[in-house]
Amino acid sequence: MLDVLLLSRLQFAANISFHILFPTITIALGWLLFYFKVRFDLSKHPVWMRAYRFWVKVFALTFALGVVSGITMSFQFGTNWPGFMETVGNIAGPLLAYEVLTAFFLEATMLGIMLFGISRVPNWMHTLATFLVAFGTTMSAFWILVLNSWMQTPAGFELREGVVHATDWFAIIFNPSFPYRFTHMLMASALTVCFLVAGLSAYRIYRGDSKKAPRLTLKTALFSAALLAPTQAFIGDLHGLNTLEHQPQKVAAMEGVWETSTQVPLLLFAIPDEETRSNQFEIGIPYAASFILTHDINGEIKGLNEFEGAHPPVKPLFYGFRLMVGLGMLMIIIAWWCSFSLKRHKKLSRLQLGVLISMTFSGWIATLAGWYVTEIGRQPYLVSGVLKTADAVTTIASENVLFTFILYLSLYIVLLLAYIKTLFLLARKSISVEEYDLTVPGRPDIKGQVNSKHSAIGSSL
Amino acid sequence: MNSILNAENLAIIFAGLTCFSLLLYAVLDGYDLGIGICLPMNNLEWRDTSIAAIGPFWDANETWLVLSIGLLLVAFPAAHSAILYSLYIPATLMLVGLILRGVAFDFRAKVKQDYQAYWDWAFKIGSIIATFTQGFMLGLYIMGLEYTLLSTTFAIFSGFCVSAGYALIGNCFLIMKTSGELQLRAIKQAKRYGTITFAGILTVCLVNPIVNPAVKEIWLNSPYAIFYAIVPLLCFAMFGLGYQVLKRLPMVNDKGNWLPFVITTIVFVSCFSGLALSFYPYVVPGEMTLYEAASSPESLKVMLIGAVIVVPIIFIYTAFTYYAFRGKAEGLRYY
Repeated sequence: MLDVLLLSRLQFAANISFHILFPTITIALGWLLFYFKVRFDLSKHPVWMRAYRFWVKVFALTFALGVVSGITMSFQFGTNWPGFMETVGNIAGPLLAYEVLTAFFLEATMLGIMLFGISRVPNWMHTLATFLVAFGTTMSAFWILVLNSWMQTPAGFELREGVVHATDWFAIIFNPSFPYRFTHMLMASALTVCFLVAGLSAYRIYRGDSKKAPRLTLKTALFSAALLAPTQAFIGDLHGLNTLEHQPQKVAAMEGVWETSTQVPLLLFAIPDEETRSNQFEIGIPYAASFILTHDINGEIKGLNEFEGAHPPVKPLFYGFRLMVGLGMLMIIIAWWCSFSLKRHKKLSRLQLGVLISMTFSGWIATLAGWYVTEIGRQPYLVSGVLKTADAVTTIASENVLFTFILYLSLYIVLLLAYIKTLFLLARKSISVEEYDLTVPGRPDIKGQVNSKHSAIGSSL
Repeated sequence: MNSILNAENLAIIFAGLTCFSLLLYAVLDGYDLGIGICLPMNNLEWRDTSIAAIGPFWDANETWLVLSIGLLLVAFPAAHSAILYSLYIPATLMLVGLILRGVAFDFRAKVKQDYQAYWDWAFKIGSIIATFTQGFMLGLYIMGLEYTLLSTTFAIFSGFCVSAGYALIGNCFLIMKTSGELQLRAIKQAKRYGTITFAGILTVCLVNPIVNPAVKEIWLNSPYAIFYAIVPLLCFAMFGLGYQVLKRLPMVNDKGNWLPFVITTIVFVSCFSGLALSFYPYVVPGEMTLYEAASSPESLKVMLIGAVIVVPIIFIYTAFTYYAFRGKAEGLRYY
């Protein structure tokens, strides 16, 4: 029989991996929708409303999946990880409570107005609701990343009789790794959305959609990606340096450094072996890891030998990190390549459209890979230095956990396939709709203004 | 300030908040789930209208469950583990039901014709699973969270009762939000489920004191028994009133369409208060009082500050959405 610790970990990993896919999209997509809405309010050009209406559907579906998959977590904290709340509940509790109070209600309520309210409330209020939904998703990310970062680099607390008590809330919220992790995650969300929007827009154009809306969204997404992808690489580097300072064992595993040494090469490929505690088939750039991490080719990097018995498994970190960075580099190249063509020739080749379509969900893979690195990298601890994962697990019968794990997993697979299928279905269906829907409920004033500005904006796209 | 906000009072305040949030959940998501349970699978137009009626609200409604479970988790962590430990499988099934219901909402709107019928079934079945398991868990909680033949039977019975109760309040909501044939159907169904709910509550009132001696003690021999008696009396009076109202609906100009919903809400409130009175001060029946289960006062205070500021704001904007989407649901278009 499988043991309950492994099953609970697998189940939580499945739940949180499935869940994170959707907020990763909604955080940035909310702001993109706000941008579309503001552009519409300013220009009154219906193409912005078209873009809004297509992507608000994607947003609604994604949001629903995010909400329902998130609820399972608030149950599992108690059912599968009772030791977590028993030990750090005094800190995790208020953070989670503030997330529900300041973010969940706001976004859930305003979403109703955003989706159904355009003919029921004044236009400015609809724009405000769109803003509040975006703000709510970001607040939610703020609180949950405070908690996650605190688990990575705990601060502002004291241990009394084995239970954590808060001493300084400012230190807890702005714990050492929080600013880096939060920025890195927001940028990951933005990039994920850039490639999702670019991918689906490219798909519509590829399938013969000649309307302005997909061209406009493709351009917006690609230019943003060209700007954001290199910025993300820079922020990621800062985050890595921060990790080196506070969790050196994580960086040692990411880089496959078994022994403390200087002039460490940056490994492009290797097969780490936990048995012999060494790498096989190393291909690396000499001195590069030392240079990146210490900004000195002779810099010393602490190896895993200094943390024997208390460092995370090496393989998932080593490969996960390479997958994330590799995808990030690919994003930079593709974003620049396509943006350049778009600027130059005003359109993309079939090949470029095909590449963008295949990259539609690349942000998801990079984000998951990054989270696996940081979460597995915290092991064997649940809260670094305070609580071990094995000490927090439940005593529920492992058969029950196996049952629920299989149940969740099969449900998630079905839903994930349905989600991806539905997004492409939505894109295909939008190909055949009219260029502009002038029957926008409750907004007859827009109709008169369409034709006058039509050509001016159209030619600039 | 500190003398008022001592550990005991904080525990009471948070128990009150948790109960309040759970009660709001039962009323609000109760009508969503009830509409899901009664979704007319043979009439697409009715389905569209029924679902449009809850479209702008369901998401925020479900958030009250997140808040209740969240409050239980953060204010009474020991109770959260103990209760959900026993309810692990039904709680998971409930979550699966809620997931199916929640995503079906949005999938059905996107896939029109192609797969809509499948998602409508997912919506209905998800609603039924979520409701029945909630009732089952309530029943098991009343019976002390143990799986014996008696308690499981009672829990299954309770699952049916809660399903009938949600179906009742769902139909009452539809009476407000719809007109014509669909409204007539809702009135008819409200009568049917009202009768079943009434029978169910009556049975629970009779059975609970017999199987739980502690409960009998509270209701019959406590010095406040006279005041407690108001709760069941109010509940049964509302059933009588509700029946009279339903008999007279629909009225000219759709007058009084909101009455059944308000009356059913009072029924929900009285049932909930009845249960809360039966178990106070225990949070895990017969095992753990809310004082024993509470988190440290420092953390509760930090959360209380947030709750005091934010909860009124939540009420304001929730009230605003209900105002914005007042009236019949037929005109509501997913946009």
